[in-house]
Amino acid sequence: MSLPFSSIFPLKQARAHEVCGDAGLAFAAINAGLARGTVVWVSESWRPPVNPEGLLPYCDPGKLLVTRADSQLNVLASMETALRSGAAKLVIAEISGSIGLTEGRRLQLAAEAGGTTAMLLIPDGAGSNAAETRWRCSGAQVPRDTRQNHPQQIGHDSTHWRWSLIKNKTGTLSDWVVRWDAAAHRVIVVSEAGG
Amino acid sequence: MQRRIVSLWFPRLAAERSLRANPVDAPFALSLFDRNSERIYDLCPRAEQPGLQRGMTLVHARSFCPGLLTRPADPEGDRRFLKLLARWATRYCPWVGLDGRDGLFLDITGSAHLLGGEEPLLDDIRARLTRAGLSACLGLASTPGAAWALSHFAEGIAGPEETLARIGPLPLAALRLPQEICTNLERLGIATVSELYNLPRASIARRYDREVLQSLDQALGAIGEQISPLKDEPNFAVRITLPDPIGLLDDVMAGTRRLLTHLCNQLDTAQKGARCLRLTFRKVDQENQSVELKLARPMRDAERMLALFERGVSGVDAGYGIDMIRLEAVEIEPLDMRQLDRAEGREKDSIADLITQLGNRVGLENIQRFQPVDSHIPERSFKLVPAAYSSPASAWPHTRPRPLRLFPPEPITGNGPQPPARFRWRGRALTTIAAEGPERITPAWWEDNDSWAHGLRDYWRIGTRQGQRLWLFHTPQTPGWFVQGEFG
Repeated sequence: MSLPFSSIFPLKQARAHEVCGDAGLAFAAINAGLARGTVVWVSESWRPPVNPEGLLPYCDPGKLLVTRADSQLNVLASMETALRSGAAKLVIAEISGSIGLTEGRRLQLAAEAGGTTAMLLIPDGAGSNAAETRWRCSGAQVPRDTRQNHPQQIGHDSTHWRWSLIKNKTGTLSDWVVRWDAAAHRVIVVSEAGG
Repeated sequence: MQRRIVSLWFPRLAAERSLRANPVDAPFALSLFDRNSERIYDLCPRAEQPGLQRGMTLVHARSFCPGLLTRPADPEGDRRFLKLLARWATRYCPWVGLDGRDGLFLDITGSAHLLGGEEPLLDDIRARLTRAGLSACLGLASTPGAAWALSHFAEGIAGPEETLARIGPLPLAALRLPQEICTNLERLGIATVSELYNLPRASIARRYDREVLQSLDQALGAIGEQISPLKDEPNFAVRITLPDPIGLLDDVMAGTRRLLTHLCNQLDTAQKGARCLRLTFRKVDQENQSVELKLARPMRDAERMLALFERGVSGVDAGYGIDMIRLEAVEIEPLDMRQLDRAEGREKDSIADLITQLGNRVGLENIQRFQPVDSHIPERSFKLVPAAYSSPASAWPHTRPRPLRLFPPEPITGNGPQPPARFRWRGRALTTIAAEGPERITPAWWEDNDSWAHGLRDYWRIGTRQGQRLWLFHTPQTPGWFVQGEFG
């Protein structure tokens, strides 16, 4: 029995989600694009900020509020403040270390209190058990039939990702190959690889 | 009652202010850039001896006096200092006005006896100013004009009836007349005030502007002259003193609420909004602790500000108790009346509050927004501006696909103009399976930028078998391959 993609994506609101992998940034950008309202993007100040021109196909950079904190502690604290206030629709945080169960649970509670979705971009294997879902995202090879139509093409519409759901509090795990349709502004499932 | 006016003239206000702060033992002058060169703005008596004067160019002055020490002048600071002196002068009388940029008028009518008469009053002023390191010239007469003439040309006191007798022998410049008119009158053989006074009024009025007769009449008291006292600057600060010390968070917040309500009423009347607030607690042991709140937008809404203060106040250590709370609006901005919106206004307010809350943790300047910049250089096509002082940019130009993350170029091994089939990047071996390009970007030659020293760049978007999508560039002028971005 496979998990239908529409039951898990768009992500459940007012919950904390985690994402890792090479293409985690694109996953976050897509979710920022799907959020209706302001998106707060918290990161440590040494990290180069996300490139707004790269965001353009997914998300209007104007709705981003970029917060630069000096340490992971302040990243998490700022994230909790932003979640609890409920003014933003989505709060994305990039962290470089691992987080414990206490921090994860606090973020989850703050997300519920403010009705805001939380998304943590974590290094591989650094999540906390309190998260609602965890995703591993990586680039996928373009299926052969599409490649023949556009030889040597990796344009944005034909960018494919493999999104694996590696933790799910309320159901089973699965993975999908998806692509982003910029014109329709939505995610299209190319193949149910896990099914 | 006859008016009595003191004119206080500080002939070297700017130089002495600078020397008060930082004394030097050498000929000293202040310089200001004026009419295309650095010129002497003010100087000390020791610098005057070799023949230096105001308005001389600094180069010229140095040739007279090689040991001259100079500092840049600060006319705005001098004006503030004069205002301070005006406030100090209210110890002699309540009615003090500024006179140009280096003088004061004091209306001491009826207050001279408090210091034992006019002579002791002037002595007291002079003694106090000398102790403060300021030289001052004083004149006391029945009109501002006559007092000014005395302070600038013949220090002293003119009794109520002897105005003309005292200012009569003074040169015409004592009437505050422009230089051209003085020169013109002197050419006619009229050098002193009394000579001017003895001329028929009708012929003066015919030949010159009203100005000449007006200043003569003002000096002699035939026409009144106003002294405008300084307006009190509005001070947005309130405080509450408590009969018994308090220490519980709820009590402190209740006190803060009362102060905020009061302050917001003041701000409301003045149509201003606070941008930065400081809340100071004085504890029983006389120690002070303050909480600063920087706001993302100017506002005067007591309830919202109270909620924003909560985090700061909860971090205060009350010790043995707090017996005074003081709230001060440190930065004020104009804030007009605004119609209450329905949904949109509330959302904007909540975003502003969020910026404030985050800003109080990581610094208000660290909450930023993206703004497009018109540049074809990828890393310069946007800038981050503080969100508290900007609004969201709406129109982003559409560009060719750009990576989600840009970083400083990292060199990889590769030869020739085609992307390398295999390369190592960040410790991983990668195999190229798809490549699109090149997109040529030329450096902005008019800008000096070291990272573009390699010249032209041919950008390629490549996909790897390992799943990464990278932005590579090749520099054909000095062959080399670099990774500059990740598409994610």
